Amino acid sequence: MSQLDSKIATVTASEPMARAPRRRRTSVFWLALPLGVIAVLVVFLPMTGLLHDPGQTDLGNTLAPPGFLSGGSWSHPLGTDKLGQDVLAQLVEGGRLTLFIGLVGALVSIGPGTLMGVLAGYFRGWVDVVISRLIDAQLALPFILIALAIIANRGSSLPILFLVLALTGWAPCARVTRSVAMTVRERQFVLGLRAAGASEARIVLRHIVPNLAGTIVALGTLQVGTAILVESALSFLGLGIVPPDISWGAMLAAGQDVLSRAWWVALFPGLAITLVVLLVNLLGDALLTHHDPRKRRH
Amino acid sequence: MTSTSTASAVPASSQTSAPSGPSTWRVRTVGVLRRLGTAAVTLLIAVTIAFALGRLSGDPVGNILGPMAGQEQRDALRADLGLDQPLIVQYLDYLKGILTLDLGNSLQFYQPNRTMILDRLPYTLQLVGAGMAIAILVGVPLGVLAATREGTWWDRAASTLALLGQSIPVFWLGMMLVLLFAVKLGLLPAGQSGSPQHLVLPAVTMALYPMAHIARLTRATMSEVLREPFIDSARARGLSRSAVVWRHGFTNASMPVLTIVVLQTGTLLSGAVAVEYVYSWPGLGQLALQAIQFRDFPLVQAIVVFGAVVFVVLNQIVDLLHVIIDPRLR
Repeated sequence: MSQLDSKIATVTASEPMARAPRRRRTSVFWLALPLGVIAVLVVFLPMTGLLHDPGQTDLGNTLAPPGFLSGGSWSHPLGTDKLGQDVLAQLVEGGRLTLFIGLVGALVSIGPGTLMGVLAGYFRGWVDVVISRLIDAQLALPFILIALAIIANRGSSLPILFLVLALTGWAPCARVTRSVAMTVRERQFVLGLRAAGASEARIVLRHIVPNLAGTIVALGTLQVGTAILVESALSFLGLGIVPPDISWGAMLAAGQDVLSRAWWVALFPGLAITLVVLLVNLLGDALLTHHDPRKRRH
Repeated sequence: MTSTSTASAVPASSQTSAPSGPSTWRVRTVGVLRRLGTAAVTLLIAVTIAFALGRLSGDPVGNILGPMAGQEQRDALRADLGLDQPLIVQYLDYLKGILTLDLGNSLQFYQPNRTMILDRLPYTLQLVGAGMAIAILVGVPLGVLAATREGTWWDRAASTLALLGQSIPVFWLGMMLVLLFAVKLGLLPAGQSGSPQHLVLPAVTMALYPMAHIARLTRATMSEVLREPFIDSARARGLSRSAVVWRHGFTNASMPVLTIVVLQTGTLLSGAVAVEYVYSWPGLGQLALQAIQFRDFPLVQAIVVFGAVVFVVLNQIVDLLHVIIDPRLR
């Protein structure tokens, strides 16, 4: 039994790999590389001691322009904010929290989303009806309404932010995994497993879920971008990360106050968000195309 | 993600509908009625989620009054908001309120929430309408351009622009537009409302995200339609290029695009919160933020319910359009 089991698994698992065009994999690499570099930079740069302390205020040197402008000094390459804090150091420090929120935010929505999607797509019947109705209703409520409803009651904090991300993110993931699970369950090898007497739990965990792995990774990647955008919007409105904690969204909130006097406070975190989300979206699209033959162009 | 998100318009049940017999008005009516039933269920679930989010996430009274309030004060407010009732009674009261269009009173403005929402609504609609108009007028031609020149430099530029539009935080773009056109160049007002000039920057800001979405979807749908045999036949009959692309091509690609336009109108409402904040635009989003700042729990809940109803209605309009237009779904 387990021999048949593993053999079928090998065949099905190796199938997509064999068909994957080489060019796709290189493009995935070239998109993942800069993201990795950014992650390494925000994690390790503060340890080198080259940066200012991001929380250190200097009221004699507030709103100093970046080093490349007249009046700026290279000791603060990207200028300072209204408390005299170094923008570059804040950008690196904020990047840590923002990337962390992006990753955890993706995980907390992918987890329940996959579970619901697989249950609905594999078992069909009334389970599917209930979950599909829930997905439709959830998709009908945009993130901002969910966020407002929760934050009005509980105030804003990191756990609340993750709760908002989970509640808004699970439904899109569930919808896609549901439809992929539905097609996987119709494939021959599932019939073979059933004939061989494999239990439902075994089929789902050992065979359906691994076949969904590519889709899940791609969805999770796209979800990182969504989570970062949601975090930045909420923090910008004062409903997410609030000082003294630093995220790119919180930096934008501080930049809004001094926009006409010191544009650099808002420019750089905005560029950082755009760059990271763009890379993440490109990577997610490439991965999705990679794992979905229907979307692949020949 | 673009093409998958359109699928949300069609609930799971629609794909399994039986092949229809002779197409009569009765078949059509039954299809529409069934959809209305589904719409009512979805609406009930969405409204229930809104209720659950408000209640299950904890007691708002402590948050409203702050730590200094005494027990008596808490109990009074709790009774005032009906929070001392059993949950099921609260829920039924809540549903009754929605059915009778009574959304309660604001803690902060001493006014019915309904009046305040309806006062602010025209401003938000103005913003959403203008933003969507720009998004369609730019997004559709951009998508068609990319599809008709597939694989060329034009295609790549349009697609990159569209992806960029989905990656920029909308409110940040708003800030940068204010900086450039209001602060540096002094061409347009930076905030407030009143004249058509005041509408330009917020509308452009609002337009970016749906524009990107519409462009990506138009490109994807058009490039499929343009491969159909009837396009070759139209071309063979000697029709002009624009007639082939627009009349024969785009007409057949317009259904998914229409779907995404309606759905994105909903998303725009939610993007409006941050954009209204950047431009001090006196719409619903600003009202919601004020309500949160003053811990005006009934007003927040009223806005959430109102938003949820608008969203579900928009979603169901898409579904109904599908059923009415596409005979295969009946």
